Amino acid sequence: MTNQQSLNSVDMLLNMGPQHPSTHGVFRMVLQIDGERVIDVDPYIGYLHRGSEKLSEGEQYAQIVTLFDRLDYLANFNNELVFCMAVEKLMEVEIPERAEYIRVILCELNRIASHFLFYGTMGMDAGASTPILYGFRDREKIQSVFESVSGARMMHNYFRIGGVKEDLPTDFFEKIYWLIDEIKKGVDQADSLLSFNEIFLNRTRNIGLINAEDAIDYGLTGPNLRASGVSYDLRKNDPYSIYERFDFDIPVGDRGDVWDRYFVRVQEIRESVKIIEQALKQIPDGEITANVRRIARPPEGDIFAHAENPRGDFGVYLVSDGSDKPYRLKIRPPSFCNLMALRHMMRNAYVSDAVMILGSIDIVLGEVDR
Amino acid sequence: MAEEETTESISEEEVSEDLDPILAERISILENILSTYDISISSFLGEINIHIQKIDLLDILTILKNSPETLCNLFLCLSIVDYEDRFEAVYHLQSTTLNHRYVIKSSLDKDKPLISSCIGIWKGCDWYEREGHDLFGVVFEGHPNLSPLLLYEEFEGYPGRKDFPFNDYKEW
Amino acid sequence: MEINRMKPEPWTPKRDHKLSIPLIPTSNDNWETSDSLSSGNVPAQSLLQKSGAPGVITAKIDQLLALARTSSLWPLTFGLACCAIEMMSTYMGHHDLDRFGVTPWPSPRQADVMIVAGTVVKKMAKPIQLLYEQMPEPKWVIAMGSCATNGGPYYRSYSVVMGVDHIIPVDVYVPGCPPRPEALMEGILRLQEKIKQDARKNG
Repeated sequence: MTNQQSLNSVDMLLNMGPQHPSTHGVFRMVLQIDGERVIDVDPYIGYLHRGSEKLSEGEQYAQIVTLFDRLDYLANFNNELVFCMAVEKLMEVEIPERAEYIRVILCELNRIASHFLFYGTMGMDAGASTPILYGFRDREKIQSVFESVSGARMMHNYFRIGGVKEDLPTDFFEKIYWLIDEIKKGVDQADSLLSFNEIFLNRTRNIGLINAEDAIDYGLTGPNLRASGVSYDLRKNDPYSIYERFDFDIPVGDRGDVWDRYFVRVQEIRESVKIIEQALKQIPDGEITANVRRIARPPEGDIFAHAENPRGDFGVYLVSDGSDKPYRLKIRPPSFCNLMALRHMMRNAYVSDAVMILGSIDIVLGEVDR
Repeated sequence: MAEEETTESISEEEVSEDLDPILAERISILENILSTYDISISSFLGEINIHIQKIDLLDILTILKNSPETLCNLFLCLSIVDYEDRFEAVYHLQSTTLNHRYVIKSSLDKDKPLISSCIGIWKGCDWYEREGHDLFGVVFEGHPNLSPLLLYEEFEGYPGRKDFPFNDYKEW
Repeated sequence: MEINRMKPEPWTPKRDHKLSIPLIPTSNDNWETSDSLSSGNVPAQSLLQKSGAPGVITAKIDQLLALARTSSLWPLTFGLACCAIEMMSTYMGHHDLDRFGVTPWPSPRQADVMIVAGTVVKKMAKPIQLLYEQMPEPKWVIAMGSCATNGGPYYRSYSVVMGVDHIIPVDVYVPGCPPRPEALMEGILRLQEKIKQDARKNG
């Protein structure tokens, strides 16, 4: 610590405002700094609060899928999956096998795309300008496959209650085998560029530490929790959909610093590729949607469904009163909870580390504010 | 309105037959641990719902967090639902080691919704309570800072409530 | 004999080897109209010289400035929501925007154009106004996506501004949810045309 007795200093309030190149969206934090050390951080959110929960009370169930697409706008298929799972659980509908496999393949591809963007922005936060080009190059390839499946690069609106909207295109399998090869090459190249780079290690090792107990106390989930040493992945601990049939590992970090959070995600890309390869071998032919009515009317009751998104544990609490519109739809966003731990992670950090720590939590403001 | 179904006594449903003994065991463990409190436990579609009185909230949550049979160390979600005659605060807890999930519901007054804050037990319920206060007007006693989180400072009214006019939006 | 200093000395090769281009000059004295193949190391005539035009261009200052401004539009990095991801994709390698001179710039004080990408929420309206006022003239605004155009899928929400043109004047609207990178490129090219057109009309 500095020698406080000889200097009369006053702490400064630095505003990293809603418009900032490295706040990953409209997030505002006010740092109280003493020189270069951060003493306290005060986050302000709500600059993207669009009222999705209230809007969904006035829309039919099939229309809400489009709202869910736009919540975590980097993992569209995963959000749609959780909503469809919640309604299907309430209506007790059995989904055909082919639809389940299609859902799993697309969700894992979306996880890979989201992690590639994380890799790119992480490099950019550290000051490197090449990783983001690599990240987006691989993302474009994945998005071209998405476009051939659902017609849109980002907001797909492809999952329906009871299955998926239409079958895969006829040339899907050759495209996806090409894509898997490209992803493997891409992640190896990305890894060799940034992961063990000395400058990157100096900037990220032992920064933003959070240990396992504190992480669970703050409600952290997803790769952030796994980086702190807790082996908790919803696909293994509380399997939903058909994840029990696949054989994959869960990367777990040891310290809970920024580098662990980054490397866990890079390893997750490789694990997702394994899941996709297994699913492609097992996918059966058949129907793609269950026999449900067009306007879904679930029975009265309330249900909670959650799944493992690229950012953590995305949950939906649905209260239905028997009509064709939900009575209350509460969204449990993972980034909202992960952001609560920001203050704890930023003790004794420098201002430039503050940028890295925020980047490593990987927040998406669309789901923080809903 | 929430429907309560006890599947312990009905055994002809095929869906919950294999879950029945496990669920029944968990429910009996819960009844043992929380025997001194005025609660009612039910299960619906594989989830265990516990209805409690709001005075016992902090005690019950502490017991659920610390007792070795439940070990709910992860605070998943806190939602506030606006029914016609009451508000309901719904807590979802998860255990990372035992992979259990519990749902705790407690009713609040419609005119003056007040409940104690569980920030001493989990630090992860901080912003949920701020959001509940912001969107619904529920006051959480013991919370250090209930300033608006999602809405802008001059916003009037509580948009989460059912009596907030739905189509009364202003363009700017 | 007067030495014409404009005429370069003929260059003779040191060694005598066969080349496809004859380097020994011919007896053609009028070097201005001779080919480069026959008069040694003389650069070829440019189109301007061949056309007989005087080596000077005249234009209105407004049009020249418009040409300069359209060739290097620097947008403020202002991604609000999902459209920001498509905007970032447009800047990157596949649909490159740098070939049009467009480079994202974080500070509003040096930016020319503000691409409002995403939903404008009432809490965010004041910062947007502040940023717009911080940008120096001349400045333009592109409203990207349907949320910035008229509220988009959040049209009946209590906390969304139905279009950013309630707050700041907009020049180009790019529809889509989110618009494809090619659509955003079209929007930027239309803005360039608009700038040149404005200079032609008002100059």
